Amino acid sequence: MRSDRGQCAPRGLKIAAACGLLFLHLPILLIFVYAFTTEEKSFVWPPPALTTQWFAVTWNRTDVWDALSLSVRVATISTAIALVLGTLCAAAVSQTRFFGRETISLLVILPIALPGIITGIALRSAFALADIPFSFWTIVLGHATFCVVVVYNNAVARFRRTSGSMIEASMDLGADGFQTFRHVVLPNIATALLAGGMLAFALSFDEVIVTTFTAGQQQTVPIWMLEELIRPRQRPVTNVVAMVVVLVTLLPILFAYYLTRDGDQIAGSGK
Amino acid sequence: MTIAALNSNPAPAILPGSGGMRGALSDLFWRRPKLLLLLMLLPPVLWLGIVYIGSLFALLAQSFFSIDEFSGLINREFTLKTYGDLFQAANLDIILRTVTMAALVTLASAIVAFPIAYYAARYARGRWKALFYLGVMLPLWSSYLVKIYAWKLILAKEGILTWLLAKLNLLWLLDGWLSLPIVGGNSLSVSFTGTFIVFVYVWLPFMILPVQAALERVPGNLVEASFDLGASPGQTFRNVLFPLALPGIVAGSIFTFSLTLGDYIIPQIIGTSRLFIGQAVYSQQGTAGNIPLAAAFTVVPIVIMGFYLWGAKRMGAFDAL
Repeated sequence: MRSDRGQCAPRGLKIAAACGLLFLHLPILLIFVYAFTTEEKSFVWPPPALTTQWFAVTWNRTDVWDALSLSVRVATISTAIALVLGTLCAAAVSQTRFFGRETISLLVILPIALPGIITGIALRSAFALADIPFSFWTIVLGHATFCVVVVYNNAVARFRRTSGSMIEASMDLGADGFQTFRHVVLPNIATALLAGGMLAFALSFDEVIVTTFTAGQQQTVPIWMLEELIRPRQRPVTNVVAMVVVLVTLLPILFAYYLTRDGDQIAGSGK
Repeated sequence: MTIAALNSNPAPAILPGSGGMRGALSDLFWRRPKLLLLLMLLPPVLWLGIVYIGSLFALLAQSFFSIDEFSGLINREFTLKTYGDLFQAANLDIILRTVTMAALVTLASAIVAFPIAYYAARYARGRWKALFYLGVMLPLWSSYLVKIYAWKLILAKEGILTWLLAKLNLLWLLDGWLSLPIVGGNSLSVSFTGTFIVFVYVWLPFMILPVQAALERVPGNLVEASFDLGASPGQTFRNVLFPLALPGIVAGSIFTFSLTLGDYIIPQIIGTSRLFIGQAVYSQQGTAGNIPLAAAFTVVPIVIMGFYLWGAKRMGAFDAL
């Protein structure tokens, strides 16, 4: 089976793969350098000198803190809603067979299969038709909708690996449905849910396309970044925020990977 | 395994029945599994059905309304006038430009993705495999706007790319490219070339993962058999690897194609002033206030993706997802 073990890859393939990975990573590393540059007006390379003063400036900017706080609150509540809805859906779809099961999976996947702008404008026009003013909850409504799918994907993969006989054994030993859920099902799916939740949080924290349609005047971190990209006010502050955003999104991803790395399906492979 | 699991779990093996309200409820669910299923499905289906599908239908319905050109008010009567507007030459231009870009981006990502996916699937083992996996996953999940911003830094006139080319005495190449019609411009960050590079960069991981999944399923001895039978590496690629990887490539292209069709932020930040579908939708619903036309515009990517998915399904791409 593994007759190819120890075989060496052709050099051309090695170089092409290495170049591809460098292409993926170098731009992100560049952000870290620019966060320390002293240059304020342009994107000049190499940086004339290095400084840490922009971290202090960013720290004292209230608009950055407001955006961060809004983003964290939205991501937390959207993740909570997605966890409940995604788990319920995954449990129903994987444990039983019923008419319309395929349709349900399609329904869950649709919000990220269609371009984000469609989800965004659809929500916005629905809010307009129903006379719902923009608020914290309109953002959450959009985010929770597309976060369901990441929780669902992780939970379905774990349910598939959990054998049904464990649940039957629990019932045979006299546990009622709730006890079985609490002592058998939940411990089995806990890490998958945690990983799904982390990914949902990262997805919501980073989302900009749907948010531009559902936020009105409010600013989440990505909306703040977008404003700065279109109408720059203080470029060094943008550099610092960009670096912080990279760090904040990478940690949950690494953690989610660590939680699900032994599984046959690893978290995040379908964003 | 079971004994170890039991020993590590201090909970008593047989739990007392709970009785009361909870017990009754539990018994009810046991007797009627359909009821439990219904209760489990109801919240997610209601949420997605009302919030998402409801909104989609509200949007589609609006594409059959029209806008009064004098008052700017929306006339809520069924008409196909908005679709007539959609097929004006200027709008067809936008659609053609977007579809061409999406096709080129898809092709380029497939070419860049293949070596990474092939190496990760066939040669990387153990630690290297994990490294490759994270090497694709981290860029996939890092912030979309930060990635675009990084390219703004790279492609700017005073940025690192110009500096690098100047060091290599290759500036004439860049200037020559920028003076070309259509793909050129004042600098890379305001040209279609820039837009193209950023699209490929941002969607590349979406192509790598399904191609890798498809290649993982190709047994190594197929490639060896091909070599044994005297095929050159090029022939092996054309006749063995590529046909087997094709469902993966098609699956990845669903993402790259669909995401490029709907994106309005990348061409807005890095690119020319000529619009893409996403930007047209955004400006129609925002500054122009013409929601019917914006809605009609969104139908274009939905229809294109509908055909695309139908074709992809026939090629077996969904098994590779």
